[in-house]
Amino acid sequence: MEQLKFEYPSAKRRVTKKAHVGVVGSGDMEVLMQPAETESANVSILTSVNGFSSSWKAMMDRFFSKYDGAVRIDINDAGATPGSVMLRLEQAVEVIES
Amino acid sequence: MSYATVIPEFVLRQSFIELDARARAQSLMDPGSWRELVGPFDRIESPWLPEQGIAPQFDDGCVVLKGAIAGKATVVIALEGGFQAGSMGEVSGAKMAAALDLATRDSQNGKKTVAVLLLETGGVRLQEANLGLNAIAEVMASILALRQHAPVITVIAGTVGCFGGMALAAGLSSYIVMTPEARLGLNGPEVIEQESGIEEFDSSDRALIWAINGGEQRVAMGVADELVLDDAQKIAAIVRSHVEAGLPAVHRSQQVDLYRERIRALDTSRQIDPLTLRETWGGKTTVSKTRKGVTR
Repeated sequence: MEQLKFEYPSAKRRVTKKAHVGVVGSGDMEVLMQPAETESANVSILTSVNGFSSSWKAMMDRFFSKYDGAVRIDINDAGATPGSVMLRLEQAVEVIES
Repeated sequence: MSYATVIPEFVLRQSFIELDARARAQSLMDPGSWRELVGPFDRIESPWLPEQGIAPQFDDGCVVLKGAIAGKATVVIALEGGFQAGSMGEVSGAKMAAALDLATRDSQNGKKTVAVLLLETGGVRLQEANLGLNAIAEVMASILALRQHAPVITVIAGTVGCFGGMALAAGLSSYIVMTPEARLGLNGPEVIEQESGIEEFDSSDRALIWAINGGEQRVAMGVADELVLDDAQKIAAIVRSHVEAGLPAVHRSQQVDLYRERIRALDTSRQIDPLTLRETWGGKTTVSKTRKGVTR
């Protein structure tokens, strides 16, 4: 069990909607995305798979290299692969930006 | 020629099984009538799973929607089979029991409120042990309280099915609707094989398992009321018809003498096969006021 936290001060654009996608099934994860209380994006990840903090950091860096919304992201992860993680994040963005 | 022109009804249908718990619940309710109680953004998670190295879920795998079906006040409670096999923990159990109790309170105060349970569950969440057992006991007591006022309609769509203590809860409900993909049983096939050996029950033999636990058999032997294909619209229509039908004349679980006599009359000197059970028990149940058999 690992708890990871990241912050992205460059993501400042205000968002108003919130989104919930995914299920905490094997190889999958769920994400809550909602307007951040601060003027930057912050990410909190609870994962049942230990030792992948650098992978998570790389994934989040990549996500926020393209996305600029000031969102609070909470993730419960049951071993999603990087591809699945990106897919879930993009699904959530689709809801928020629709 | 595409399959859509040959069997359009099958190809173009909206599968109910492929929906997650929240989407299943939403698909049954009058559009725009519902709101979610204790949703994922309330973050009421299981406090026990992370301590055992298991990721929790923000809604603990239990979705509660309050709204209307066919214009009648209804609460739909859906278990997410994809999370810990829909198992009942302290939080998910409390959510279900509390939602049923609120429906009972509303019914007592003159606002009759129907409950629809979407059960995809292996029963007690073993990681929460006694708390899960207690949760199911509370759910059963709450079903018994509510069904004095308004029907409790259980839908088992699959593919997890409904097992363990929650199969008992299903048995207390006013109506049970199943698809051919769904299964209903007390002990799951893997549990029986593990405890009694592969000679007793081969859990890898899908034909055997569905012949015993499957929706078609359960309806044919009279322990479930309706068999419906995996089609969101058809399932919604069946649920609506049961909401409108109201309470059955007598609940299945009240017919103790009937079922006791059926079991007493069985010839256990030889192996009883599923078809024999259908022939001896099928169609004799007096539970459902609505029509029997496959709804296509």
